[in-house]
Amino acid sequence: MLAATLFFGSLSSFAFLYPGLSNQSLPFYMLRPMHVSAALFWIITGGVCGILIYLPKVYPFARLAPRAERSFALFWVGTILVIFGCYALKQFGGREYWAFPPWLALPLLGAWACLMWAYFAAWRSRRDSPLYVWMWTTGIVAFLATFLEQNLYHIPWFRDSFLRELTVQWKSNGSMVGAWNQMIYGTSLYLMVRISGNEQIARSRSAFFFYFLGLTNLMFNWGHHIYNLPTNHWIRHVAYGVTMTEWLILVHIIQDFRSKLAQDRKLKHLLAYRFIIASEYWVLANLVLALFMSIPAINRYTHGTHITVAHAMGATIGINTMILLSSFGYFLNIDRLRPGLKKSISRGFVVVQVSLSIFWLALITAGVLKAWRETGLGMTSFDEIMQPVRQVLFVFALAGIGLLLGMMPIIRAYWLALRQQEKEKKNGEEEPPAHHRVPESATLPEEASR
Amino acid sequence: MLKRVVLALLCTACAVFTAFVYTRKGQQGDVPPSDTARQGMLVWQGKNCQSCHQLYGLGGYLGPDLTNVAEKGDGYMRAFLKNGTARMPNFHLNDQEIAQLSAFLHWVDRSGKSKVPAQAVHWTGSYQL
Repeated sequence: MLAATLFFGSLSSFAFLYPGLSNQSLPFYMLRPMHVSAALFWIITGGVCGILIYLPKVYPFARLAPRAERSFALFWVGTILVIFGCYALKQFGGREYWAFPPWLALPLLGAWACLMWAYFAAWRSRRDSPLYVWMWTTGIVAFLATFLEQNLYHIPWFRDSFLRELTVQWKSNGSMVGAWNQMIYGTSLYLMVRISGNEQIARSRSAFFFYFLGLTNLMFNWGHHIYNLPTNHWIRHVAYGVTMTEWLILVHIIQDFRSKLAQDRKLKHLLAYRFIIASEYWVLANLVLALFMSIPAINRYTHGTHITVAHAMGATIGINTMILLSSFGYFLNIDRLRPGLKKSISRGFVVVQVSLSIFWLALITAGVLKAWRETGLGMTSFDEIMQPVRQVLFVFALAGIGLLLGMMPIIRAYWLALRQQEKEKKNGEEEPPAHHRVPESATLPEEASR
Repeated sequence: MLKRVVLALLCTACAVFTAFVYTRKGQQGDVPPSDTARQGMLVWQGKNCQSCHQLYGLGGYLGPDLTNVAEKGDGYMRAFLKNGTARMPNFHLNDQEIAQLSAFLHWVDRSGKSKVPAQAVHWTGSYQL
């Protein structure tokens, strides 16, 4: 899915720059949904896989309902394949993020119901859950709620007002991002606990404080998408107020930076952990960007420009994908791969980070140019506004190819690690212990003192 | 226990907020669409227009924002919809589909302006439209 995202993304970027050449065979309006859907399904499926892999390790005596789990996989993957078939046949539903024909929401919903069945079968046996379990549960439930909300437009009443239609659409889209972030950040927290051996990270008061702050943002901080919509003022004011609480997160990250740096230095030899470190830097960069974009007076310039794309792609690649690569890397035990493969992951990692930085900065530059010409100078001709922007986007497209090239050795190494793991399982070999891995059954300090 | 109380409070607040968002009327332009505009919305979705165009700055970046394109008149819109351009493919829309899309874009145009005027910005950094 990740390879498909990058492949369609690279094709889309060139179709964007040279639409005249691609309109006949692979038009942009066909490639963009392929890229967006591949990215969304990579992130959501990756988040779910993390939960399904690690939840049984948190509750070793609980059982995920295996039939429900298999049904989820079957419906989910089957529907994704049909979705790509529809795109190839130019059949669209034309909604942002969810561009497939609307009837395909039904099997996706069915798949999600199976997932919830499987998850809650194991979740029932919880006892004083650590924060990452709270986050996984929140993500799974919030995804269902936002997915249903996303489809409310089928009820004519919601479409009777264009402002309501757009408001509800972006309310659900905005909150849905929060939902998958909860799933993925939960996995990131789980990995940090396991790799560092410090369970307190997922039990402390401050961790729960920031969880509730994140949840508040998930519920109420979607309004920045529709600041310029002439709807009720209070929607804008609530979003603006809530989003400003994210400065607390920024201050917290900066305060913790030194101790984090010391831990990062200790663990950076672990490949799986290196992806987590990268995601933390990208959190910082994207948080600063998001905070400025969420001030309506600045959003007036940035809205509808490539700065929004920089934020979206910076978050999905820099944060979510890095965490997912860490999650799968930890599961596949990439740190015990043969040196050649480890080297290719390390090289790929460097190429990805450099390419992503250029990619991200190019998008911001393109956005600033468009914002300045359109809102600052008040230009009205779209072609005139976009002329210098397209030159910057050429750099972005090249960096996208760099990203694809950097990611390929990582994907290949993971694929080989998966095959090796399957082979070992078949031969009945036990999983070798990973470095710094804490036994899943390790006693927590609080439990020991009880 | 405290965690559950906080969670319950947040969920209740979110439910109330959601009910307000759904039911409160917007500031302007809350006009129900005609049947033709409704059909036009389906054409807009079916041809995946949002992949390249924006409405209120939301959507793709290949073409211009079309929130207020209807101000330029039916003839202007028809020329693009009928033939495409160097950057936009010809979708071979029939006359009925062109009329429906035009009606949809007129409906969108009546809902408000996509650009925020500088004088609307308040000292707090927010603005009122």
